[in-house]
Amino acid sequence: MGEPGTKATLSLAELEAATSMRTGRKHVLSILVENKSGVLTRIAGLFARRGFNIDTLTVGPTDDDQVSRVTLTVDGALHPIDQVTKQLHKLINVLKIRDLEPADTVARELALFKVAADGVQRGELMQIAEIFRGKVVDVTKRAVIIEVTGTTDKIEAFEGMVRPFGLIEMMRTGEIAISRGRSET
Amino acid sequence: MRAVDAVMECLKAEGVDVVFGLPGGANLPTYDAFVGGGIRHILVRHEAGGGHAAEGYAKATGKVGVAFATSGPGATNLITPICDAMMDSVPVVFITGQVRTELLGTDGFQEADTIGITMPVVKHSFMIQSPQEIPRAIHEAFHIARTGRPGPVLVDIPMDLSRAEIDYEPVTDVHLPGYQPRVEGNQKQVRQAAKALAAAQRPVIYAGGGVVNANASEGLIEFATSDRFPVTCTLMGLGAFPAPHDQWLGMLGMHGTRAANYAMDEADLICAIGARFDDRITGKLSEFAPRAKFIHIDVDPAEISKNVPAHIPIVGDAKHVLAKLVIEYRAIGADPARLAAWWTRIEGWREKYPLGYEDSPDAEIKPQFMVQALHEATGGQAIVTSDVGQHQMWAAQYYDFPAPRRWINSGGLGTMGFGLPAAMGAAIGCPDQLVCCIAGDGSVQMNAQELATCAQNNIPIKVFIMNNGYLGMVRQWQELFWDGKYSHVDTGEFPDYVKLAEAYGATGLRFEDKATLVEDMKRAIATDGPVLVDVRVTREENTYPMIPAGQAAREMVG
Repeated sequence: MGEPGTKATLSLAELEAATSMRTGRKHVLSILVENKSGVLTRIAGLFARRGFNIDTLTVGPTDDDQVSRVTLTVDGALHPIDQVTKQLHKLINVLKIRDLEPADTVARELALFKVAADGVQRGELMQIAEIFRGKVVDVTKRAVIIEVTGTTDKIEAFEGMVRPFGLIEMMRTGEIAISRGRSET
Repeated sequence: MRAVDAVMECLKAEGVDVVFGLPGGANLPTYDAFVGGGIRHILVRHEAGGGHAAEGYAKATGKVGVAFATSGPGATNLITPICDAMMDSVPVVFITGQVRTELLGTDGFQEADTIGITMPVVKHSFMIQSPQEIPRAIHEAFHIARTGRPGPVLVDIPMDLSRAEIDYEPVTDVHLPGYQPRVEGNQKQVRQAAKALAAAQRPVIYAGGGVVNANASEGLIEFATSDRFPVTCTLMGLGAFPAPHDQWLGMLGMHGTRAANYAMDEADLICAIGARFDDRITGKLSEFAPRAKFIHIDVDPAEISKNVPAHIPIVGDAKHVLAKLVIEYRAIGADPARLAAWWTRIEGWREKYPLGYEDSPDAEIKPQFMVQALHEATGGQAIVTSDVGQHQMWAAQYYDFPAPRRWINSGGLGTMGFGLPAAMGAAIGCPDQLVCCIAGDGSVQMNAQELATCAQNNIPIKVFIMNNGYLGMVRQWQELFWDGKYSHVDTGEFPDYVKLAEAYGATGLRFEDKATLVEDMKRAIATDGPVLVDVRVTREENTYPMIPAGQAAREMVG
């Protein structure tokens, strides 16, 4: 079974089992890369061909203009993560990879919510935003845009709160993460 | 000087003595620089032939092979050799022309996104954005291709940049902060491995292409004979340990010997060196070597515990690690007598299940006999290349390779049409050695055009087509696993290989008689220039023994 050369037919369930990924805790990989063209494609391509899903991915400059930082979150049990970091290390432009421990990491993402709000609802929404330390950044007669920064959990909690009002659109940056303490991430 | 002249200077500085390539619009400037540039260039008839020739050259010599192609279709024709070099860790630098920068992204004539298309199958690639980058990129490409786990590196040069004037200064350093292969091997881990080996009752050394790549064959022999360790090699590792040898079990894997596969199955400790536990080795992973602990030595950390978890991982190249391991192992002074029972068991398998076949009662040439005849005709001393299929497995089984870099084939990717151009590259790299290709009739035509290259340049390869008029391995699988229903595997008697050879300006011969085959082969080998021989063999013969796909070593048949 499972071998493409043999005659036995495969059931859909078997196919699914063969392609399903082990899931474990969320991993935040912080990757320092040389700031060269095509680096992001190499990383994304590696994930695609090795069969790993990227949950979120952010790229941005660092204090050194030769170097960029990619922060990506993936779902996976320890073994495949080990394989992914080893494969990432093989990319010539990848300088350093850290699989950040949640307890030793400050992680943030930014989200923008466009919520339907006429009249009475607007006040209530603004109260909720305040509780989440969000900011109202745009108001029109029919909608407000609220900016929220925080951990993924907080963003998701806020989403749950405003959804009943009529969530028109939501945009999230994906997490960036920095290690706690004096040492560099 | 012009950037393209700097390219020639870089190649010379890297010690390149030959380039395989084919010119086109986008690399016209480069080809202008070849005239009087001091680099030998072999004009191939198809870029894939050039790519495989560069691989054959690299595998035979241990040096970096080089292939050139133009943009668009020239570059896309290189995809198969690039992927092949990636799978088998072959150091090759590919230099492609690209449309001029102002045309990039506009679907210009003969534009293809070469960097994008090749990205999943290169060790690294360089898209040249300024002509001044060219010398460093080429230098770093060679460094990356040959160090660590070797592999293909591509440099894509837009036509306008290659024509630019630059200040050329020889590059002597590399600046690759993200690339520092570890070759030494951790001393503590090596000591652990030595201890485990000394304690093992049923050890097996499982060596792969990494031993050949690291030029570690001598180290392997020294280590294996520092005790009486049984040794098996993968398809890619053949020759790393000399065959025959009283510690040699034969090749392992799908068409390996029973002695090798059963030894792996019953081993209590497997020492993998430069091998990657491919599915053709392990068969059913959950039942692979169920009693064994694993030492895994590999220069590529990502190979360790990828398929089979290693108990003692050692990141380092085979040469460095084996040198340390021998010292550590000798220091322990293990008792070789502990392996006596294990050898009795192994000898039992060897006696009961030798490689063999039923010979024909008449003049008919059995394919296995053909390989044995070539061994005899060449004194076992030829460099042998092959295509992919039954003939490849028979060549691996029956041509006992006494030294590394004598067996050149496409293992990982399994590229049909690899053998003939690879032989061409090997012959150019090793002009003093006899280079033969055992080709399949299904495979050989995929790059038969390179016979013209061989004829034009008097490259004296001797190609022996094992002609059964079938895509033999596919036919075998249809016979065994698909109820004997043959679907599109009969290639008939086309083409007439003797006429084909003659049309290309090579010598064409046809052998059909077992009784005179060895002498006939000697005659073919003694013929000047390239020779293509149509050897008619038994039409329906199966490659045995065999572990049916996805099964355990215990399930070997035939």
